[in-house]
Formats: sequence, structure tokens, C-alpha cells
Amino acid sequence: MRTLWYLWKREVSSAFQTPMAWVILFFLLLVTGFNFYAGISMLNNGPSEVTVVQSFFNTVFFWFPFLLLFPILTMRLYSEEYRTGTVETLMTAPVRDAHVVLAKFLGVLFLYCFLWAPTVAYFVIFQLMMRVEAAGAAGAYAGSYLLLLLIGMFFLALGGLFSSMTRHQMTAAVMTFAVVSLFFMTGLLSFLSGQSGPFMQTLAVTLSPIEQMAQFSRGIIDTRPVVWYLAGTSLCLFLTLHSFQSRRWKR
Amino acid sequence: MISVQGLTKRYGQTEAVKNLSFNVEKGEVVGFLGVNGAGKSTTMRILSGYLPADEGEVRVAGFDVFGESVKARSRIGYMPENVPLYPEMRVSEYLSYRAALKGVRARRTAEKVEDALQLCGLADVRRKLIGSLSKGYRQRVGLADALINEPDILILDEPTIGLDPGQIRDVRSLLRGLASRNTILLSSHILSEVEATCSRLLILDKGHIVASGTPAELRERSGLPLAGSIRVEVKAPGADALAATGAAAGQGSVRIVSSTGDWTTLEIIPSGDDPREAIFREVVARGWMLRELASRSSTLEEVFASFVRQAPAGGGSTPEAGA
Repeated sequence: MRTLWYLWKREVSSAFQTPMAWVILFFLLLVTGFNFYAGISMLNNGPSEVTVVQSFFNTVFFWFPFLLLFPILTMRLYSEEYRTGTVETLMTAPVRDAHVVLAKFLGVLFLYCFLWAPTVAYFVIFQLMMRVEAAGAAGAYAGSYLLLLLIGMFFLALGGLFSSMTRHQMTAAVMTFAVVSLFFMTGLLSFLSGQSGPFMQTLAVTLSPIEQMAQFSRGIIDTRPVVWYLAGTSLCLFLTLHSFQSRRWKR
Repeated sequence: MISVQGLTKRYGQTEAVKNLSFNVEKGEVVGFLGVNGAGKSTTMRILSGYLPADEGEVRVAGFDVFGESVKARSRIGYMPENVPLYPEMRVSEYLSYRAALKGVRARRTAEKVEDALQLCGLADVRRKLIGSLSKGYRQRVGLADALINEPDILILDEPTIGLDPGQIRDVRSLLRGLASRNTILLSSHILSEVEATCSRLLILDKGHIVASGTPAELRERSGLPLAGSIRVEVKAPGADALAATGAAAGQGSVRIVSSTGDWTTLEIIPSGDDPREAIFREVVARGWMLRELASRSSTLEEVFASFVRQAPAGGGSTPEAGA
């Protein structure tokens, strides 16, 4: 546990010692801030069925930075250590492979949470200033941020897996972006096929972040995506462990 | 402390290390010597638990480096070739982190880091970012990292490569100081390097050990003349000088190296006693001027070259492991 803590601490502090975390934070807040402003402006135009929370989490200005975040956050995780050779210093210290994989995952997850945390302030400020509820119920907050965490866990684990497979950061980034986009696009399948049978619906609800967010941001928490993302995260971490260990047999 | 039996490592078709066996006893300072691609780095990476062996058994401090890897690694201080470090960390911060990873207790960390900083001459750069350090300082940070938890065994891959002569001297004296309480295995392709620090040498060529022993033993076994050669420079015609020194040298062989103007330079490979006194008397008796009379023992370079030449031809060329 002690080792895990020190490894985690290094992962997190390394992100904040380089400008990376701050640059990402700046642009994320810029885009989401604009998104929030645009959402409220839209609601000002006339009566609407959606809440402020829903209008924040279901627009292109939310999804666009959201999807870009994963390749950027995860591409360095392992590739950088392979490229600079620090993996050799790291793995000749008495640390277990599983600790390294877990520490890297928890480190990047912390960074991810840190990046999204300030967006809570948008709703707090809105409520304080306008004296109007930003969401229909407290469950809408819980749902939105829970889903943000769950999808984040899965996609970060996926990005980590790709990073553990190559010493080239760009390769890892491209693979992560492609696969993350693919999951995102499953929400558009129902439009393409032109039919919305029960199978298509189940598929969309289980896989598509768009469909899920539409539900979760209303406070409706479906357990299918919860199970899917937790299982997917575990699987990715398990595969990452093996991919990380395979460096010994490569070359 | 280190026991290697029948170690073999392949990279695809090429065998980087072939059926290697050796032991290093507690307190020894052993030098791994070989040209690039001889298998030095590969062997060290296996010993440090970074790479698995294809065949053979490797035990460090009594632990199998593969089966009980974490235990074995906690006893080893390893400094990889080229010393990869995290550039965004500060020197003392990096050493604290490494100490923690290597199981140094939290309340002793500050003390250990301070010791390592002092020992490696890093005290004045402790607050600097590693990325901004010069090669020599980075090398020392790697060494400080290897020493931080006072491991029983130090494995240092090319510890002085890329350093200037002053820094090399510092590192050497540091290693000599450590030799009293550590077992050290270091590699180099610079011979004077290992001769200055090591009590025993292992000469590696194409994945085999071609010779092992103290520098003196290796000289003896290399088949090169034990007493080395003697150079004489006298002011005399070539033929006369050859005859005179030949008589004085007795059984040994004499040849003319060069003659410029009145001066003749000769090389004598003696076979028995040191003939320098006899040569001096002979030269004085003939009334010649003498400008040089020097004995030169064969260098380790020559010893090394003779072992690598003698070695059985390996199966083709072996690429430098880790390059």
C-alpha cells in the first residue's frame, strides 16, 4: 500500500509539475464555461423542457472537449517511460507491476476528477445568483457526475492500455481517440439503421455515452451502464497489466 | 552474493548471452569488461531483475531474481546505462521518492537522502530540476539513487561513461570507498577504468566469459611477456647498437624500431632477468650517449585484445543489447 501511495503521488505531482495539467484545465474551463453560458442563453430565449444541468451535459460543447481529454491525459502514461527508459529504473526498484498499473490509473483518474471539479461551481454560482434550481432534483447532479466518473474510468483505462502497448505517444493517442470515438458513435447507430427495436435501444443505453447522459442528467440512474463501465475498466486494467509485463519478452 | 549458472538470453535469433556462469563473493568489486555488444548490459539487466533469462539460474543475495524478484530487487542498487531519470523532478525530491519506493522508512528518508547527496557531491544542486543538470550530475544522481537504501549489492552499468576526467576520478574514489561495505559489479569498455577500481575482472566476448581473474593474473595468463618490453635509444649506428644490446640482453629478442640521424631506437623482449643493467654497462663501455632506457609492462589493452583474439569464434555478430 505504501508503495502504491508513493507511485500515485509521483504520477499526480508529475502532471502538476509540468504545465500540462494547467494548460488542459485552462482550455477545459474555457470551453465548458462557454458551454454553460450558451446553455443559459438558450434557456432565456423561451420556455423549455430541459434544466440547466441537462443543457450543460448534452451539447457538442460538452462532448467535444470530453472526448479530446482521454487521448491527451493517457498517451504519456506508459509510452513516456518506455521512450525515456525510466521504466528500467522504475521496475528495478522493488515494486510490483500491478502497483505501477494501479498507481498510474488512479493518478490519471485523480487528474480527471480535478479537471471536472470546478464545473460544479457553475451550478452553485447560478443557484446563488439566480435563486432558481439548476436541476429538477439533486439526483440530476449525482447522475451527471456519476456518469462522468464512470465513463472517465473506462476511457482512461482504455487509454492507459493503448499507452502500455507502445513507446510512441502519438500512436497511443490516435488509438485511444479512435476507440473512444467509436463507443461515442454507437449512440448514432439508431439514426443510421432507421429502426429502433428493443435490441438497438439496449445497445444504445449500454454503450452510448450520449444516450446515457440524456438519462443520467435527468437523474435517472440506469444500472446497466454502471455495470458495463466498471467491468470494462477492470478488463482494461487487467489487460494493461499483461501488456506492461510483456515488455520483458519483447524486443 | 551473486551466483549465475548457465545463463542464456536470446533476442529473437541472436544469442546475446550464452551459457554464462560466474560468482561474485561478498565484498568483491568485479569489473565486467567487453566491447560493445559483448552482452554486458544484458547480463546486468537480468541480474537486476529487469529482463528474464531464457535459461539458467540467477541468484542475488540468496534470492532467485525471477521467482523472488521483489525481494532480490530490494537488495540491489542498480544504475542502468545512460541513467534514465524524470526530468521534471528536483534532485532531492527524486531521491526521496526512490528511497520511499525502495522501502526506506519515512522518518529515515531525509537522513538517507542527505547522506547520498553528500556522498555523491550533489548537495549544491539538490533544489535543481533533473532536466537542467549536466551529464556528469545526472550520472551522480543515478549513483545516489543506487546507493540510497544502502543495498548489499551495487550493479552499475558504465558508471563513468560521459564524464570528464575530474568526475571520473571522483566516481572512482567513491567506488573505492564503497567497496569496503558493498559488493560491486560494474561494467565498462574502458580498461584503465576497471583496472583502477576492480579486484577481479570478467572479460566478456560475444556472450561468453573468455577470461576472469585479477588484472595481474590476466596479464600472466594472456601469454604476453610478463616483464613487458624494454626500449633503448642510443646514439650509435643501427648495426652496432643491435649487436651490443643483443649481447647484453642474452636470450631475449632485439629489434630496431627506428633510427633517425645518429639515434637508434631498439625494442628488447627479455626472456630471463631484467637486462637493463647489462645494457647500461655495455653502452657506457662503448662510450655511446643514452637517451632512453625504459621498461614497459604490457597494458591491459593488450591483455584484453589477446583474450578476445584467442576466444572461439561465436555464431555471427551479436547486436549490442539494449541499443
